[in-house]
Amino acid sequence: MQDEHSTHDNHHISYSTYLLVWLSLVAFTSVTVTVAGINLGDYTLFVALCIAAVKSALVINIFMHIKFEDPIFKVFLAISGFTLLVIFTLTFFDYFYR
Amino acid sequence: MTNHTADVSHEVHRDDVGARMGMWLFLFTELLLFGGLFLVYAVYRHEYIDQFRVAAMALNTTVGALNTIILLTSSLTVALSIAALQKGNKKLSIMLLVMTNILAFAFMVNKFFEWAEKIHHGIYPGSDTLLNLPDGQILFYGLYYIMTGLHGLHVIIGLVFLSIVMVFIMTGSVNKDSYVKLENAGLYWHLVDLIWIFLFPLFYLIQ
Repeated sequence: MQDEHSTHDNHHISYSTYLLVWLSLVAFTSVTVTVAGINLGDYTLFVALCIAAVKSALVINIFMHIKFEDPIFKVFLAISGFTLLVIFTLTFFDYFYR
Repeated sequence: MTNHTADVSHEVHRDDVGARMGMWLFLFTELLLFGGLFLVYAVYRHEYIDQFRVAAMALNTTVGALNTIILLTSSLTVALSIAALQKGNKKLSIMLLVMTNILAFAFMVNKFFEWAEKIHHGIYPGSDTLLNLPDGQILFYGLYYIMTGLHGLHVIIGLVFLSIVMVFIMTGSVNKDSYVKLENAGLYWHLVDLIWIFLFPLFYLIQ
C-alpha cells in the first residue's frame, strides 16, 4: 500500500468549497420543499427522491471525501449500493407477481 | 504520537486508510439496516398510497425542513472541523465540534416537541386513536416512529462519538498529524445526515 498520508496531503479541501457545498445543499432543500407544494401527481415523490439523490451525492463525494479516496472505496460503495438495488428489485418482483 | 512537526516520523505503525476503510465497511452495514426499513416503507406506500398521503399531511413540513437545515449545517461544521485540524487550528476545530453538538442537540429538541405533539394527540404506536385509523395510516405512523426513532438514536450516538473525539483533540491525542478518529466520527455523522436527507421527503413531502 502507498504511503498512508499521501491521500491526505494531496487533498485538503478548502473552507470555501465546504461552504459552497453546504449552500447548494440548503438550496436543494428549499427547492424540494417548494416543489412539494406544487401538485405533480404521481411524480411528486420521484422528483423529491431525485433531489435527495443529488444531495446525497454531494455529501458522499465532498463531505465524506469519497471523491478523493482510493478507488477501492468507490468499488465498495458501488457494491453496497448494488446490493440494496438487488434487494429492492427482488422484493418488488415478489410483491408484484405474488 | 504527539509529534507536532510538519514531517511525520513513523515511530508507531499507523494505517489511516485502513481505519477509514473499516469505518466505511461499518457504514455499509448501517446502510443495510436502514435499507430494510426503506424497503418496508416502499412496499407499504405502494399498497396504501392515498392513506400515506393523508397521514403525512398531519406532519409539520416546516419543522421537518428546519431539522433538515440543522443537520446539513452540522455536517458542514464537522467537515470544517476536520479542515481546521488539518491546518493545525486546534481551537477552531474544537469550536466547530461544539457547534456541531449544539446543532445535534437542537435537532433532538425539535424532534422531541414534534413527537410530544403527536403523542399528545393520541398518535403513538398501539394507542386507541391510532388503532381506529385505517391500516395505511397505522403503518405510516409505525414506520414514522421506528425510522425517525432509529435515526434519532443514531443522532445521540453520533453526539457521544463526536464529544469523545473532541476530548481527544483537547488532550492532543488527536492532532494535526493524526486525525483519523475525527474523520471517522465525521463519516458517522455524515451518514446520519444522509439518512435524514431521504427520511425528510418520504415522511414530510408526500402530501
